[in-house]
Amino acid sequence: MELTSPTEFARETVQSVQEYSSLAARAIAGLFRRPRYFADIVYQADLIGFGSLPIVVLTGLFTGAVLALNSAHTLQRFGSLSLIGQLVSVGMVTELGPVLTGLMVAGRNSSGMASELGSMVVTEQIDAMRALGTDPLKKLVTPRVVSTVFMLFFLTIISDLLGLIGGAIVSTVIFGMDLHQFWSSAWQSLVFQDVFTGLTKPLLFGFIIATVGCYYGLSARGGTQGVGRATTQAVVASSVFILLVDFFATKFLMAIFGYR
Amino acid sequence: MSSPPIPVEEPISRTEGSQSPVIVFEDVSIAFQGKQVLDGISFRLPRGETKAIFGVAGSGKSTILKMAIGLLKPDAGQIHLLGEEITQKPEEELFELRSKVGIVFQESALFDSLTVRENVAFRLMEKHDLSEEDIEARVREALSFVELEDTIDLYPSELSGGMRRRVAIARAIITHPEVLLYDSPTGGLDPITSTTIIELIIKQRDVYKTSALLVTHRLQDAFIMATHYFDRKANQMRPLPPGEHGEVPMSFLILRDGKVILDGDAAELAHSKDEYIREFIS
Ligand SMILES: Nc1ncnc2c1ncn2[C@@H]1O[C@H](COP(=O)(O)OP(=O)(O)O)[C@@H](O)[C@H]1O
Ligand SMILES: [Mg+2]
Repeated sequence: MELTSPTEFARETVQSVQEYSSLAARAIAGLFRRPRYFADIVYQADLIGFGSLPIVVLTGLFTGAVLALNSAHTLQRFGSLSLIGQLVSVGMVTELGPVLTGLMVAGRNSSGMASELGSMVVTEQIDAMRALGTDPLKKLVTPRVVSTVFMLFFLTIISDLLGLIGGAIVSTVIFGMDLHQFWSSAWQSLVFQDVFTGLTKPLLFGFIIATVGCYYGLSARGGTQGVGRATTQAVVASSVFILLVDFFATKFLMAIFGYR
Repeated sequence: MSSPPIPVEEPISRTEGSQSPVIVFEDVSIAFQGKQVLDGISFRLPRGETKAIFGVAGSGKSTILKMAIGLLKPDAGQIHLLGEEITQKPEEELFELRSKVGIVFQESALFDSLTVRENVAFRLMEKHDLSEEDIEARVREALSFVELEDTIDLYPSELSGGMRRRVAIARAIITHPEVLLYDSPTGGLDPITSTTIIELIIKQRDVYKTSALLVTHRLQDAFIMATHYFDRKANQMRPLPPGEHGEVPMSFLILRDGKVILDGDAAELAHSKDEYIREFIS
């Protein structure tokens, strides 16, 4: 690997951040300017939403189950097993549902977008598109952002529900809890803040997944190897970004709702 | 070679100021990663003329074409396209201007997730103002021009290199652009396919009077272009009688080490005293 001086590195970092921000801004601006690409949005939504469904179902189910399994032991020692529904529902809805679904979709779709757009860059298809009078940001990036935000929102809800189902199965089958008791504890403990937090996050994460994937794809350089590199970087960057934003979003929303 | 008749054309609307050159480069320089690729080059492409650009690999030929439509911005100098200075224009304002220019990329750059039909129709579909039937008719017209009508439902990966090049030409000409930019259209093709492509370019030049920049590394391509004309009745190219070689609107530009070392017509090229050029054309 080439060694770069610290100033050079700083300069490049600043430039990347600038380029990324401009891409994100133009992707949003693309929403409000003609032409709009509904067909592309629907196509991407299908690809992201239904394509990710199996993995999201599995992740949700097992996360809820393992959450119940782990917490049951602790709760049993204090004789408060009945709290298990509350623990699973709050944990899934505010944190694990959004984050794990986000990470799964990042792994699947951020990389997919980076490799697709990256190949288009190195085979000059992006230049060709610009030459044919079409803005690749509007035609390629905006539809991906819209569909990812939209689909991740619903995927997260599905994941939350499956997490609760997983938790319910473990609580009733393994710990012999009453199903009705589990559900009422799970539902009643959910307050507006939790649901709001849990449903805001996928909007942010969806935006991150699509813009980071497209950014790395569009900045791919150097043939097939460059595309491979862009793909990996997109997954790493979007995952890290999701975790960072998750922390700050949680902190921010807590401050707004005034607890802790 | 048998081919369908050329479709009759309605007169093509031309940009204002028909006498001004379509492309002007003034003292244009560009460097990549500290390497000076083009160092103050200037030339102009008059309307209706085809200018062949030569230079060894890496001499900046493709870069010139990309700068001509604003896909790349030069570090210094000015570029005029159809009378407008484009180096300072933001991307959004260039889309309109680019709709009057067709470009055929070196590796064709067809959209590999779209069929031949969708590739060729891309520009028309993006405009959203034509009916499906009109688009279909235009696509078939463009594909018949390159004699590839029967590939309409195939994907680019199912075509040979020469066919891809021809689809790329069809995609570039579908809106009857005023200017065409060809990047090594015969590169990597066998001699027979190359001649077919050159014939198409001559047809475009002589039938539609399109101005063009033609990047090539094959001098014989340019010589064929300078010594043949397109016979509309016979629908094929014909050699010009020897005394009329100066009659076709053809010029030559040779790049070396980032500079233009020759910019002139066939006679100037043939009589050049420059050793590098003499070696080049021998
Ligand atoms: N986008 C780019 N980034 C970095 N270097 C480039 C880029 N485009 C072209 N170059 C470099 O500029 C030089 C000229 O390239 P090009 O115009 O493609 O040459 P030609 O078409 O004459 O073979 C080459 O050395 C190439 O490596
Ligand atoms: Mg080239």
